[in-house]
Amino acid sequence: MNIFSLAFKNLTRKGRRTAVLILLTAFLSLAVFGGSVMILSLQSGLNSLEARLGADIILVPSQAQSKVSFQNMFLQGTTGAFYMDASALDKVMEVEGVEKAAPQTFLASLKADCCSIRIQVIGIDPEKDFTVQPWIARSLSRELGDMDVAVGCKVEADVGEIIRIYDMRCKVVARLEPTGTGLDTAVYCSMETMAELLRAAEEKGVSHKIESGDDVISAVYVKVRDGYDIDTVNSRLNGHIRKATAVRTRSMITGVSDSLAGVSRTITVLIAAVWVLAFIILLLSFALIVRERAREFAVFRLAGASVSMLGSMVMLESALCGLAGGLAGTGAAALVLFPFSRLIENALNLPYLMPGLTQVLLLGVLTVVLSVAVSALSSTMAAYRLSRVNPGTALREGN
Amino acid sequence: MSLLELKNVSKIYGELKALDNVSLHVDQGEWVAIMGPSGSGKSTMMNIIGCMDKPSQGEVLLDGVDISKESSRHLTDIRRDKIGLVFQQFHMVNYLTAVENVMVSQYYHSMPDEEEALEALGRVGLRERARHLPSQLSGGEQQRVCVARALINHPELILADEPTGNLDEANENIVLDLFAQLHREGTTLIVVTHDPEVADAAQRTIVLEHGRVAREVINENFGK
Repeated sequence: MNIFSLAFKNLTRKGRRTAVLILLTAFLSLAVFGGSVMILSLQSGLNSLEARLGADIILVPSQAQSKVSFQNMFLQGTTGAFYMDASALDKVMEVEGVEKAAPQTFLASLKADCCSIRIQVIGIDPEKDFTVQPWIARSLSRELGDMDVAVGCKVEADVGEIIRIYDMRCKVVARLEPTGTGLDTAVYCSMETMAELLRAAEEKGVSHKIESGDDVISAVYVKVRDGYDIDTVNSRLNGHIRKATAVRTRSMITGVSDSLAGVSRTITVLIAAVWVLAFIILLLSFALIVRERAREFAVFRLAGASVSMLGSMVMLESALCGLAGGLAGTGAAALVLFPFSRLIENALNLPYLMPGLTQVLLLGVLTVVLSVAVSALSSTMAAYRLSRVNPGTALREGN
Repeated sequence: MSLLELKNVSKIYGELKALDNVSLHVDQGEWVAIMGPSGSGKSTMMNIIGCMDKPSQGEVLLDGVDISKESSRHLTDIRRDKIGLVFQQFHMVNYLTAVENVMVSQYYHSMPDEEEALEALGRVGLRERARHLPSQLSGGEQQRVCVARALINHPELILADEPTGNLDEANENIVLDLFAQLHREGTTLIVVTHDPEVADAAQRTIVLEHGRVAREVINENFGK
């Protein structure tokens, strides 16, 4: 017999009371672990989106913004296509302050017999690209070849599989790491493959031609040279290139960033509210429990237990409840968050990328530690009250 | 040789004198009964002797130590080392089995020893009931467990407050037989009781009235 076995016996033989305490701490842990994982996922989704956009400025045809919401393209993978003359790339490079410029061409496949799946196809120039190529390089050690495609993690096609886009057979050569954004639903190919696809689309009646001819691109991703002000370069681009609009990428994702900050704030407030409420409930519970157990503690005191011994026992019991509740709550949150992350992402309509295993484990351990600490802390008041009770009086009152 | 001595002890609650200038002594190995009507100061005296309360005035010498001056922490140590307590309401820990209730006293005193705790239960005739919870024991059995718990650390003084108050005659006799056995082994017993038959089992009876010692009665037939 020792303090642990006494605490354990009390908890196991007072099952209903223990279950309520564990449930309460489980609720706390569920809120803190679930909420934290969601906030981290949103944050890492936004970081991922920023990294994938990777450019300071994006130049698009002037009519593009009226055709499609960039935010929806990047977040939800809404398909969209708009074109401008490929010479825009050279004009961009003429502007002072531009360090790098990379073209991309978009093509939306059809929900028709000619296409296996409805997706956004993005053509890149591997030599110039500095946004998508580093991401592709993590999954594919060579450059994309003729009619090769790399697919986002949410595209239902495996490596080695052939997918049809406007009746053109494209081979899936890589499956990309998740970004938590709409980019996960796109397919990436070289500019040469894109030219083939554009021709095939033209044959199917999907026109991309513009006044100046067939050599088209959809966007130019611009990296501003160090020391140059991005807004200034943005203005210069807008002044220099006709029928195109330069947009700061930060302004494109400001809406996302604001929504994310709002959701994060709401979750944080909810977590704080749950914790404050549960802490008060725990304080009251332990106060009631100590009152209910006054006679039992008096017996221990009369048997020779010191006040500090009993205080330690109360705190140990509550810490054990905190441990069990912490593990249960964290486990329950994990059971909801991980299998249903796709549903959560869709419901939030924000970039959502689950943190890595190490980060999740660390967060889980921290949550359990916090649950144990809060449980023990909430019982200190009860332990203090206990120290003020005269055992003789407690026994008489018990009678 | 005196184990316990009260010198002019008073306990005052506001206007009320629960104990009023009480003096008495109890020798080592003596069996003393304390009687008196309700409100006579029996429980107050029991609390003071049992190191659960301190007098407002006077000295209480237990084994030569004035416990009226000790801190509550030290009183806990004294109670643990020298006194075994038995109550009318048993006061068992309801989630611990009979043997665990006995072992709790060992744990807070020195070191739990299950075999020794089982022997103590055997002494009160309850070894076979050792694994039962209090709810599975009769009142008499619970009180016998409490006696086993009180004697497990070999205290110099057993202090019992109405130990037979909730027992039937058969169990009352069992408990009194146990006290007689402890007395023969040299343990000092102070038993607070309403019951004249229980008081008659003691060597000496101290009668309290209105917080004062009204009289002392020596049991001439003790041991006969």
